[in-house]
Amino acid sequence: MAVALVLVLIVVGSVLFHLLSPWWWTPIASNWVYIDNTIIITFWITGVVFAAVVLFMAYCVFRFRHREGNRAAYEPENKRLESWLTIVTAVGVTALLVPGLFVWSRFVNVPSDATEVEVVGQQWQWSFRLPGKDGKLGTSDTRDVTTDNPLGVIASDPNGQDDVLVEAADLHLPVGKPVKMLLRSIDVLHDFYVPEFRAKMDMIPGSVTYFWFTPTKTGTFQVLCAELCGQGHPLMHGVVVVDTQQDYLAWFGQQQTFAQLSAPQQTGAADNAPGKTMAPAKTIAPGLKIAAKLETVGSR
Amino acid sequence: MSVIIVFLFVIAGFAGWWLSHQGLMSKPWLEQGLAGDFVALDRSALPTAKIGLGVFLAVVGCLFALFTSAYFMRMAVSDWQPLPLPRLLWLNTGVLVLSSIALQCATVAARRGQIDMVRLGLATAGLTALAFLIGQLMAWRQLTADGYFLTSNPANSFFYLITGMHGLHILGGLVGLGRTTAGAWNAARPERLRLSVELCAMYWHFLLFVWLAVFALLAGWAATFIDICRQLLT
Amino acid sequence: MVDITPADGIPPAEVAEVELYHPHSWWTRYVFSQDAKVIAIQYSATATGIGLVALVLSWLMRLQLGFPGTFDFITPEAYYQFITMHGMIMVIYLLTALFLGGFGNYLIPLMVGARDMVFPYVNMLSYWIYLLAVLVLVSSFFAPGGPTGAGWTLYPPQAIMSGTPGGQDWGIILMLSSLILFIIGFTMGGLNYVVTVLQGRTRGMTMMRLPLTVWGIFTATVMALLAFPALFVACVMMLLDRVLGTSFFMPAISEMGEQLQHNGGSPILFQHLFWFFGHPEVYIVALPAFGIVSDLISTHARKNIFGYRMMVWAIVGIGALSFVVWAHHMYVSGMHPYFGFFFATTTLIIAIPTAIKVYNWVLTLWRGDIHLTIPMLFALAFIVTFVNGGLTGLFLGNVVVDVPLSDTMFVVAHFHMVMGVAPILVVFGAIYHWYPKVTGRMLNEMLGRFHFWVTFLGAYLIFFPMHYLGLMGVPRRYAELTDMTVMTESAHHLNSFISIMAFIVGFAQMVFLFNLIWSIRHGREAGGNPWRATTLEWQTPQTPPAHGNFGKDLPIVYRWAYDYSVPGAKEDFIPQNMPGSFGPSREPA
Ligand code: HEM
Ligand SMILES: [Cu+2]
Ligand SMILES: [Cu+2]
Repeated sequence: MAVALVLVLIVVGSVLFHLLSPWWWTPIASNWVYIDNTIIITFWITGVVFAAVVLFMAYCVFRFRHREGNRAAYEPENKRLESWLTIVTAVGVTALLVPGLFVWSRFVNVPSDATEVEVVGQQWQWSFRLPGKDGKLGTSDTRDVTTDNPLGVIASDPNGQDDVLVEAADLHLPVGKPVKMLLRSIDVLHDFYVPEFRAKMDMIPGSVTYFWFTPTKTGTFQVLCAELCGQGHPLMHGVVVVDTQQDYLAWFGQQQTFAQLSAPQQTGAADNAPGKTMAPAKTIAPGLKIAAKLETVGSR
Repeated sequence: MSVIIVFLFVIAGFAGWWLSHQGLMSKPWLEQGLAGDFVALDRSALPTAKIGLGVFLAVVGCLFALFTSAYFMRMAVSDWQPLPLPRLLWLNTGVLVLSSIALQCATVAARRGQIDMVRLGLATAGLTALAFLIGQLMAWRQLTADGYFLTSNPANSFFYLITGMHGLHILGGLVGLGRTTAGAWNAARPERLRLSVELCAMYWHFLLFVWLAVFALLAGWAATFIDICRQLLT
Repeated sequence: MVDITPADGIPPAEVAEVELYHPHSWWTRYVFSQDAKVIAIQYSATATGIGLVALVLSWLMRLQLGFPGTFDFITPEAYYQFITMHGMIMVIYLLTALFLGGFGNYLIPLMVGARDMVFPYVNMLSYWIYLLAVLVLVSSFFAPGGPTGAGWTLYPPQAIMSGTPGGQDWGIILMLSSLILFIIGFTMGGLNYVVTVLQGRTRGMTMMRLPLTVWGIFTATVMALLAFPALFVACVMMLLDRVLGTSFFMPAISEMGEQLQHNGGSPILFQHLFWFFGHPEVYIVALPAFGIVSDLISTHARKNIFGYRMMVWAIVGIGALSFVVWAHHMYVSGMHPYFGFFFATTTLIIAIPTAIKVYNWVLTLWRGDIHLTIPMLFALAFIVTFVNGGLTGLFLGNVVVDVPLSDTMFVVAHFHMVMGVAPILVVFGAIYHWYPKVTGRMLNEMLGRFHFWVTFLGAYLIFFPMHYLGLMGVPRRYAELTDMTVMTESAHHLNSFISIMAFIVGFAQMVFLFNLIWSIRHGREAGGNPWRATTLEWQTPQTPPAHGNFGKDLPIVYRWAYDYSVPGAKEDFIPQNMPGSFGPSREPA
């Protein structure tokens, strides 16, 4: 009796929790509503199956619990029933898989008008690189990483000279324009994850991975690292700001290009634009800050 | 991972063949009484130790198939620079073949009960296997002398790793062979001796096969072979 | 209908080839014993001991997550060491060892009607190497730098770099060595379990008459033998990377402004190798649980397992399929995106045989005579948690749904439900079921019910709400949940609640341990077959079974393992070794 009741309560409780609890996904800010829809379909199908199986169990426990003189039925198998169940399951699984695969093919096929943005992960901070006027990112190599060239842009590549570097600062993106995020790491695995965008992908040292999305809402969003990357992993936050086209251009205009950033060594004091000398100092700051924080925590 | 998948297909083939003899379609609740006298449904007539060794060799095969898979995956990257195989490996291969042949002779002799031949075969097999190991070590020395160090490049690392693993398995086999040889000199239980000589031979042939595959892999023939197959298919 | 009337004077079954080892002293009887039953108990005790360590670690982690900033001694460094050791111990040193080394050793020889495993000496070695592996693992707690904090997946390059606890100290070296030892030890044991099922079966015990427990353990062992080499290869290669400076998995890396020596390795290669082992591992833990739970349900519902043939096919099918789904753990790893199509399809196909198993379990209850004994309660709880966890698997297996959910708390909730809670519930059910055979006494009923309700409901309350944290976007493996916009105030409260539940559930396990020890002396006498079960282990002449299991003659098997409530039979069960014909279409004997 009690057991059957508890089983029913589990189903009812789970469904109520699902419907009433305040814990649900963050409002979406990208084009990947398809993903949310697929999740909703999945919730429906799996929810029905869960409720059906557990309620059926509850009924059996209630109805066929042992009483004096009872004897179980003898039924080794029932071919027809089993075939039917198999078919129904196969149909359900297909109903889950097919929409999923359609959305996946969208996810992996980047639209041709997407602009490229490079994200570079390192322990434990995010940097970004945007193509300059030529619309192309220059090549890069971890072997070329130095304090003056923290992203390892290959200096001899002309495409790289006008690339805009955002070192350990916020990334801005224009709303409504598809972007292809090119993901790179110079040390360990990281994963660029903005919950509101739904999309994510690991970053692997030695290769470039990617995903694409279109921001659909302006606002400020937090970047979380979603692949264990050492002690600083939970503190490896970043910020993506989705701007209107105007604000975006204004921001873009203030950024430094690779050529400008590497220039100070040659032109020295002649270059007196404010904030210019700040940039390299800022570069290492957050990563080191986290490292320092960990240090103090560790010494406690 | 294609190599390991192919390997597992072969294993699955064996498993499927065996399962197909286990009456998987039968309805056991209807078969009361002494069903075990259907020969195929009972255990195999092979000695248990042989089956045990067979299962173990499947595991070893799996191990080397995985190394091969890893090798191919790494090889696909453009910066791959295979190292030149020392000539000595040819000689070593020959020695290992000899070792297998010697054990095969010992097996035949054991079946015929010619204990002297068994001893001769076992001793030859053991010595040639030792010679193979020494040859492998010399090949390593040659390579390091020529500047192909373990850490200088992934292809080198793979070479040392895979040959080393194979060598370790031979070494393990030598322990078994040593015990068998001791048994051959005591000659206390001929039945038992026959079985252990057969087991040794089985293990030796398998490791020879693994070595040939590894050799082909490291020499780059395996990759060429696969390329040809791929071209034939497309 | 195949009818083989037993001829008169069937000779007793005997396996001539296997020589039974006879102990000569106290040492060889209880310590360096070659008797599978003793080895089983050694395995179980060691696994339980190390499992307790993992349980305590889970409390520490929950303290940190539930009450962030309150416990200073749990630094991020320590937190990562805790999750790594917790995860690795639970999956490998506890569950794999317990199901295969513990239950496998105890049940296989008894259930197939053998006197012992076929290679008892190797079997003994297997345990001692396992113990050594455990000791090496434990020693890493005391090594300079502490245990590794690389996560149980040990992903390079991070695992062997200085930003990870133990990466440049002893931690990772000891972990890899311990795993290598474990695999060697396991292979020795695994050979025994497989070959004993192949060759050790007594007369009449065809494969299709085996209880599903044996089918589950057998298939899982075959899988483990083929999957563990992948972990072995990965461990050896990583060990070389760490100790000798090779670059199997290490590309060019600039660590904190410094260029490392490594060059040209592939981190993805490790992930493929790891998950080629890691996914089958899930089923290595699940299949024995499937098998055992089938027998628990059938015995305690007094009804044959529904669709036995389908159950066997499903076990074999799941075992085979699970080797071609590994990359579903790598959807967002940056591998070629087109793999996603293939692996999502194979993964969802596995759902079909798995679902069939679930249907057959619940259909076994239908028109049964359900005794709500403690093993039965645990079996029911298993179905609930397994169905729940299996269904969330359909989220994560469906490649595009996995994109937002991977590496979040959703994943943590999912795998705890399906391979943490569900198999552990079966372990408990199995212990309540077979304890009387092992000790001759029943476990205390009241303590058992308390243990059941707290464990089942508590675990459900821990892990069900956790899915929703993941849905919000809370990543897993976060030592600190501060400064995150997705973590609302209420989500912090939820986390505290989960932590409190974790402590309550943990406490219930202490009650269980007490019960285990107390009942050895004070439990009710059980008799040889307290559950009135059909399988051979309940038909031994002595309880606990003596050395050699079956007295002078081995039993002869006349029927399958599930002759419960056969019409026409007097009792509602017919032991497998009972001759005679019963059944709907024949004369009552
Ligand atoms: C009441 C029991 C348990 C509690 C409270 C618990 C709690 C936890 C927690 C808090 C984490 C870390 C989550 C994170 O920060 O990402 C974790 C990770 C994990 N647990 Fe458990 N756990 C329990 C039982 C189990 C069991 C029985 C298993 C067996 C399969 C298991 C396997 C794992 C694994 C594999 C990980 C992942 C480790 C990693 O991320 O590297 N846990 N558990
Ligand atoms: Cu991270
Ligand atoms: Cu998996």
